[in-house]
Amino acid sequence: MADKEYMQEIRNFCIIAHIDHGKSTLADRILEQTETVAQREMEEQILDNMDLERERGITIKARAVRLRYKADDGETYVFNLIDTPGHVDFNYEVSRSLNACEGAILVVDASQGIEAQTLANTYLAIEQDLELVPVINKIDLPSAHPDEVKEEIETVIGIPADEAPLISAKMGINIKDVMEQVVKNVPAPKGDPDAPLKALIFDSYYDAYKGVIVYVRIKDGTLKPGDRIKMMATGAEFDVVDVGYMGAKNLENAKELRAGEVGYIAASIKSIGDTKVGDTVTLVNNPADEPLEGYRNVNPMVYSGIYPADGAKYGDLRDALEKLQLNDASLTFEPETSIALGFGFRCGFLGLLHMEIIQERLEREYNLDLVTTAPSVVYKITKTDGETIYIDNPTNYPDPSEIEVAEEPMVKANIYTPSDYVGSIMDLCQERRGTFKDMKYLDLNRVEMHYDLPLNEIVYDFFDALKSRTKGYASYDYEMSGFVPSRLVKLDILLNGEVVDALSFVVHADKAYARARKIAEKLKDNIPRQLFEVPIQAAVGGKIIARETVKAMRKDVLAKCYGGDITRKKKLLEKQKEGKKRMRQLGSVEVPQEAFMAVLKLDE
Amino acid sequence: MNKGLYIHVPFCLSKCPYCDFYSVAFDSDTANQYKNAVKRNLRYYLSQNSGLRFDTVYFGGGTPILLWREICDIMDEIQPYIAENAEITIEANPCCTNENVLCSLKQHNVNRISFGLQSGNDNELKALGRRHTAKVGADAVKMAYKAGFENISGDIMLGVPLQTKKSLIETIGYMSFLTLSHISAYLLKIEPGTPFAKKQLTLPDDDGYADIYLETVSRLADKGYKQYEISNFAKPGMESRHNLKYWRCEEYLGIGPAAHSYFNGERFAVGRDLSAFIESDVQPAFITERECGDYEEWAMLKLRLCEGLDFRTAEKRFGISKEDILKKCRLIPDKLYRADDKAIRLTPEGFLVSNAVIGILTDI
Repeated sequence: MADKEYMQEIRNFCIIAHIDHGKSTLADRILEQTETVAQREMEEQILDNMDLERERGITIKARAVRLRYKADDGETYVFNLIDTPGHVDFNYEVSRSLNACEGAILVVDASQGIEAQTLANTYLAIEQDLELVPVINKIDLPSAHPDEVKEEIETVIGIPADEAPLISAKMGINIKDVMEQVVKNVPAPKGDPDAPLKALIFDSYYDAYKGVIVYVRIKDGTLKPGDRIKMMATGAEFDVVDVGYMGAKNLENAKELRAGEVGYIAASIKSIGDTKVGDTVTLVNNPADEPLEGYRNVNPMVYSGIYPADGAKYGDLRDALEKLQLNDASLTFEPETSIALGFGFRCGFLGLLHMEIIQERLEREYNLDLVTTAPSVVYKITKTDGETIYIDNPTNYPDPSEIEVAEEPMVKANIYTPSDYVGSIMDLCQERRGTFKDMKYLDLNRVEMHYDLPLNEIVYDFFDALKSRTKGYASYDYEMSGFVPSRLVKLDILLNGEVVDALSFVVHADKAYARARKIAEKLKDNIPRQLFEVPIQAAVGGKIIARETVKAMRKDVLAKCYGGDITRKKKLLEKQKEGKKRMRQLGSVEVPQEAFMAVLKLDE
Repeated sequence: MNKGLYIHVPFCLSKCPYCDFYSVAFDSDTANQYKNAVKRNLRYYLSQNSGLRFDTVYFGGGTPILLWREICDIMDEIQPYIAENAEITIEANPCCTNENVLCSLKQHNVNRISFGLQSGNDNELKALGRRHTAKVGADAVKMAYKAGFENISGDIMLGVPLQTKKSLIETIGYMSFLTLSHISAYLLKIEPGTPFAKKQLTLPDDDGYADIYLETVSRLADKGYKQYEISNFAKPGMESRHNLKYWRCEEYLGIGPAAHSYFNGERFAVGRDLSAFIESDVQPAFITERECGDYEEWAMLKLRLCEGLDFRTAEKRFGISKEDILKKCRLIPDKLYRADDKAIRLTPEGFLVSNAVIGILTDI
């Protein structure tokens, strides 16, 4: 019988917060005050170490850090702080990170109260039986009303908030209270260090020297260097080279990891695809009977074609995608060719935010200029010959005569809004073919609304539309709820009489006309006038349902050539050539990249 | 060897709100220093280039006529280097002109005068911030005739605030009534950084500009002004020989701040800095084009002219065949150009979109 006393001093917890409510700042303060990181080494928001994360104020990847805290009771505790992604696209990852913890600090902004993401993640935490430690942040702001927020926590979430520390992470006020509450309220982990190994993978990343570093929470058993391990879902086996803890700055070796602990495994793993989040690590020679519950294979929900603006950069784009995939197993990509855009990749994402982040990282970190096609969801088609196919690229959508049943993916959406905007949200959801389920008042002024919505109605611009109709106050999240039959049609766009494959998309039959008209208008506004007139047409199954014309250009001249200064003219010619590079030549029509992007945002 | 000479005179009484050419407020001391610097530079270039003669001289600005005394002095200095029958032009603002000034200039062999008339409509002139009225403009032209000038040009500004089709036709009538030998008609372009760029002006859209331009071309033709360049029109034989040098890739020496040159195979310009010009022994110039005299440059300039791009020269000088050029024409609507055995020329509609057309025809 091994000693289990060590577990009494471990606290595994995460922080749940809405964007900008101060999660990363609080994490930084905790790191500082536990003296894990000396103040002078503090870089703002150590856990969010991607530039993009810092800018957007969101955590994209989970991360973890091990801290030591000397509590008021005289004992020194080990804190494992696991940072969770804060967005619905990463719901599954969130649930796995939460599963690695026994408790969660719930950060609520003292002036804004509870928001959609907080609530969504709080529900996930409650499902995992985590002990919640509510904390009210930003009490230094003049608009703070902590008492009302406490009440809201009690009525909306249903947990006592009397003792919730009133803090300011930014000013460093009352941070110690938070840590004392973690010690007091978050239970110590349970588990049997002698049982067969069960370690939950909650994150992994690729290190150029050590291979994949896997972050695990040991549920049962003990793991040492030299052990041969097996991933229970993928079946892959590896020899453990090294185990240890996550320090704030570096990994720290340890001789073993025991039940209840959070740490890393390095096992010369080449591919991150072998270390799926949610999978269970066990020992080959003493395996667990069953894996931990809750593993899911994560499938991309949203697809988009990504093309280099400059065709010669195809190889660079492939290299960049491969590098991103090293750290992001949920990103998928396959080569794809478009008549309009040339060689590129069909990429699959967990959701829209995930898509935006990947695109932004490609552009920023890899300096690529991209053209992306409208995001598409996956359609399930049962063909007349009985075959079922999944279509992620509208170009491949079969001819209507071959379709027995077409189905589209649905989501359950939860929308949180001040009650003033209920009407405009209902209008929006109705426009988006939503089915109203129910709604409840969270308090006098705030409402939670439930809708069933087709995913393809929210992938384009739902979030923007929601924000613009509620002055930015509403928030939402969603979860997938399966496929339902739908009357879908493929809409083709023709420029100068020729179909532009990259602009085709699938749409509900009732919305085809309106969408076609809007897209034609948008294209008209975004395609510059050229020497020839350019007809723009939208067609469903060969029938033209909308038409616009870009009139022929009439003025493009430098009238004056003064005093023999021809530099302006030369510059102009050079600029023209540069501009041409940013254009796609489709037949005789030059289409700027912006035109491909502009059709994505139709609700303006 | 005969070349052009451009002298930039960077002084104005006040700045017009649409203008971004280099000029400073006039004062006589600085004008004198400027004159000495011009003469110093002329001596320098003449000493460096034996046999250099000028068959066109152009005093541009700015408002060169403000410095008429200095210009007479400069003319005296360079007289030995002026070719026979040279065209010597000065730009003039109607409100700074009098008989005495014009006669002096004439006596110093200035034989062409280009008036910044801009419009025959007083409201438009006011909107453009011009100091003269239509009457003052007409009087200045008459005075020039009286002083003996036979080659007189006038500018028209197209697409200016308040301009209507009617007022445009009236302006063209006004110009032709003055029996000008040459007219330049420029589309107003809003230059960044000028007061016009900051104002909310009601200006024609592209289609409006195009209509105004085409109307102007046809009305001027009716009055006997034949178009020979995008913005330039002349009675037979009265084309500006100096400006033609620019478009035919012939050489010219530019002197003065902000002046450009194509001289001894190099294109260079002087910085927009009057004191630097005055203080330097030789004007501080910098190369503006690494490669000059290539096909692109030649074609770009020649296509501005009604004489167009001639296939023989393209073949002989640049090895580009007529077929190469005609192949590109498939990307250009027929009404924008005319091609025959000898040359390709843009039509007035083609001139209007000449940036795009030139882009296509130089992409070989």
